[in-house]
Amino acid sequence: MSDHAAISPHSEDVTRQGGRRGFLADWSSDQRAFKSASWKKAMIWVFLLSDTFIFGCFLLSYMTARMSTTVPWPNPAEIFALEIGGQSIPLILIAIMTFVLISSSGTMAMAVNFAYRQDRRRTTALLLATAFFGALFVSMQAFEWTNLITEGVRPWGNPWGAAQFGASFFLITGFHGTHVTIGVIFLLVTARKVWRGDFDTGRKGSLTGRPGTYENVEILGLYWHFVDLVWVFIFALFYLW
Amino acid sequence: MAQIQATTTEPAIATPPQARADSHQQHPIKLYLLVWGLLFVFSVGSYMVDYLALQGMLRWSLIIILMLLKAGLIIAVFMHMAWERLALVYAILTPPLLVLAFAVTMAFESRYTEWMRLFFFGGN
Repeated sequence: MSDHAAISPHSEDVTRQGGRRGFLADWSSDQRAFKSASWKKAMIWVFLLSDTFIFGCFLLSYMTARMSTTVPWPNPAEIFALEIGGQSIPLILIAIMTFVLISSSGTMAMAVNFAYRQDRRRTTALLLATAFFGALFVSMQAFEWTNLITEGVRPWGNPWGAAQFGASFFLITGFHGTHVTIGVIFLLVTARKVWRGDFDTGRKGSLTGRPGTYENVEILGLYWHFVDLVWVFIFALFYLW
Repeated sequence: MAQIQATTTEPAIATPPQARADSHQQHPIKLYLLVWGLLFVFSVGSYMVDYLALQGMLRWSLIIILMLLKAGLIIAVFMHMAWERLALVYAILTPPLLVLAFAVTMAFESRYTEWMRLFFFGGN
């Protein structure tokens, strides 16, 4: 008991300065820079930062390919159009995918909220809803890939213009889809843990060998929102541009 | 004896009360619903840019502004960055600025490549 209080970095009874002075004080305090964030939260943020660089480099390589090619870039509005009721609606599938992913972010944010209230029923339901939206998104992406592959898009060429279109498309959306898929798996695992009450009973995780807390839901939420965030940039820079 | 020990150690294992007060984020559901709604509105906006086939500066500026608004809302509210201390905010949000510097460099580079392709290969 007293051991725990001594280790816990949250137990210091200090009133802290805010703003820029607080920033300097936190960084120069020679022990723990992130006073408001647990190690879990700090680590997921550092991971997300590294992921930002990965996606940043993908989008940069896409920009370089598109700016340097002398062949016209295929028009995404036409390629990703769908025939609905005999009418061709531009980019409609991508728009629906965007709304699905935003909705999943909304349910995730509320799952985090209910997790901290230890409302296990609602948290589980919202996590499952988030996983459902995520799976729906990946299915629509699989449909989109199938369409494009049938139409002859390959990483080395396509029927409409610059050859680099396929490589950029498959790399960027493929990597994003992989992130969503991994997220769905973790959502299902965490939903099961919440439902079983692991975070109340202190049951040890099979991989980590240590008990989790309801903060795990927030950590997962940070990852999930990041996936949504990356999609915002892909949607704007790849599909709309 | 064993029972007493079990009851006293239980809260420490489950959720340390100090940790809950300090680092856990708790905000009204209403706020999340508001942001959710705004994200929908902005997404409809950016879709309309394409649907109405706006062109030129109007198109680019609208795409970028709506993208940044959406990204800002997700980071600030959904990811709780607005309530974190500046030590974390600066540590995470300043390094991606390097990507922007990289983008500027690569924009110069690709213009140069394009010029070479046109000049030496006649656009092939």
